[in-house]
Amino acid sequence: MTVDLILLGLLVLAALWAVLSVRLMMSVIGLAAVSVAVSLLMFRLDAPYAAMFELSVCAGLISVIFFVAISFTKRLTAEDIRTHRKERLRKTVWLPFLLAGLAILLVARLKSPGFAPAPDPGGDVRTLLWGGRHLDLIGQIVTLLAGAFGVVVLFKEKNR
Amino acid sequence: MQSLLILVPLVCLMLFNLPWKRGVGQAVSFGAGLAFLAAQAAAALWAMLSGGEPFADPLAGFLVFKTSADGLTWVMLLTIAVVAASSLAVSRAAFTDEKDRFYFANLLFVSVIGMNGAALSGDLFTLYVFFEAASVASFILIAFRRGMAGLEGAFKYLVMSTVATVLMLTGVGFFMLAGAGTSFAEVRAACLQSAHPEFARVGGLAFMAGLFIKGGMVPFHGWLPDAYGTAPGPVSVLLAGIVTKATGVYGLIRLTGSVLPMMPEVQTLLMTLGIVSIYAGALAAIGQSDYKRMLAYSSISQVGYIVLALGCRTPLALAGAVFHLLNHAVFKSLLFSNAAAVESRLGHNDMNRMGGLQAQMPWSSLSAVIGLLSTAGIPPLGGFWSKVIILLALWQAGFHAAAVLALAASLLTLAYFLSMQRRVFFAKGTETGSAVTEAGAAYLWPQLALAGLTAAIGIGFPFVYRFLLTPIQQLLW
Repeated sequence: MTVDLILLGLLVLAALWAVLSVRLMMSVIGLAAVSVAVSLLMFRLDAPYAAMFELSVCAGLISVIFFVAISFTKRLTAEDIRTHRKERLRKTVWLPFLLAGLAILLVARLKSPGFAPAPDPGGDVRTLLWGGRHLDLIGQIVTLLAGAFGVVVLFKEKNR
Repeated sequence: MQSLLILVPLVCLMLFNLPWKRGVGQAVSFGAGLAFLAAQAAAALWAMLSGGEPFADPLAGFLVFKTSADGLTWVMLLTIAVVAASSLAVSRAAFTDEKDRFYFANLLFVSVIGMNGAALSGDLFTLYVFFEAASVASFILIAFRRGMAGLEGAFKYLVMSTVATVLMLTGVGFFMLAGAGTSFAEVRAACLQSAHPEFARVGGLAFMAGLFIKGGMVPFHGWLPDAYGTAPGPVSVLLAGIVTKATGVYGLIRLTGSVLPMMPEVQTLLMTLGIVSIYAGALAAIGQSDYKRMLAYSSISQVGYIVLALGCRTPLALAGAVFHLLNHAVFKSLLFSNAAAVESRLGHNDMNRMGGLQAQMPWSSLSAVIGLLSTAGIPPLGGFWSKVIILLALWQAGFHAAAVLALAASLLTLAYFLSMQRRVFFAKGTETGSAVTEAGAAYLWPQLALAGLTAAIGIGFPFVYRFLLTPIQQLLW
């Protein structure tokens, strides 16, 4: 439980780092750290396939794609970074408090004396999540196709 | 047969994009698209008239996934087919480059699969997955021309849609926490019988908040006028006509009508948001000088009627909400097709620089009149009947003040549409006596067909009530 809580804490911190960072590279590192924390949590929840997928695709492949895309952009000046950092902190100062408040509410409810865990629906979690969810896979294939068309349509000028 | 409505367009999409010689995929995509959408409309009509599917699913024995359909599903499938076909027809004229037409047809297919999948889903997570497919296609379609305005509109939609995604996924998490699965029946059972019904209800509220954003309800509507206003003509037809309805409003109808139990707080929330959206949308529409932005604000106002009816939560109100969704899809597609036709002739949407187009574009003017009268709820057009049903349901349920407010808002609708008609077509203005000519056939046919449909729905109301609205009334639990 303690390890899970530490991982959850790290996950939130990494997520805040990703959102609050002014430099895109730092944001991507924060995002990869979120994926690593999620992956470790999945390992602890006995979902090794999901954990491996999260680690290799989300923390690995997607981060590489982000790094390549960012390498095409212009670097921010030191002055820009200072201005953006101040502005971002001012706009998002409430975010950690909101997250902490929500977490406290949820934990308080889960730990309350009258709370009994939901009955185990039975079966392996993989079967539960994917055994009856083949239609979702078609939806995901279609979403990927949409993304592919997006690349073709929005970047077609470069191809010509 | 239901699975074919997802698999056939998916297979078509893949076939179009195989490396055929001499652009065969490009050549057939338009015709194949229209043929598929016509077949979908015919199947949905058949199912409504016969109370079941036209034929058994030939792939049922081979497929591992299950779909589900009821009266509401068939209405949605019919609406999706009608609006998507209109948008595809308008795209023929709006895009001159053959490749642009092809890319548009591909993205329209993706969007149709997303909407069909959502309509055929019996599970909230699956609903979310297909909403995402339709939304991703929409981001790209809005930015299709890659102008600054289009990219800005797409970016706003992307950001707001991501917030909606987070809320819907949070909702799904709470459903799982309640010990339920995410199918409609399981969530419904969890709300009543679970050891933790509060988790299921919080999940329902979070999911609903996401749908408010997707549906462009006030105060979550910031993205909508930019997205509708900056998108190319056929994309506006598709987005305003069906995408926001199939992703946001349809989800709300499912969630409040057949998943979540009666909760007075939710009823109050829906009715308040409905009234606020009706008036905020109408008042904002009055102040617009851009034709498409005016129509966008009008959409917000009209969706407010649907949400107001959902808050009433009676069988008649549910039928009214679904009927208004169908009517709104038809007359708003008609008006956006009209705006696309006018834009194609003048090159802009500024109503202050129009005027006097009645003589040059008489057919477009006539279709705009039919569209605006239906929107304002003038008999005997379709929009009149759906508004009457909503008002009647509100009155019967004892929400007299809401009924009066909704009725009064129709006057506002009539006011801003008459102002539009005068500024664009009737009044003397910049275009009086100019060399502008009537829009081409690809613009006119969809408008005239949709105008005929809105009139037919109104005149054939007894049939519509029997075959379309009576089954819907039984869906409320």
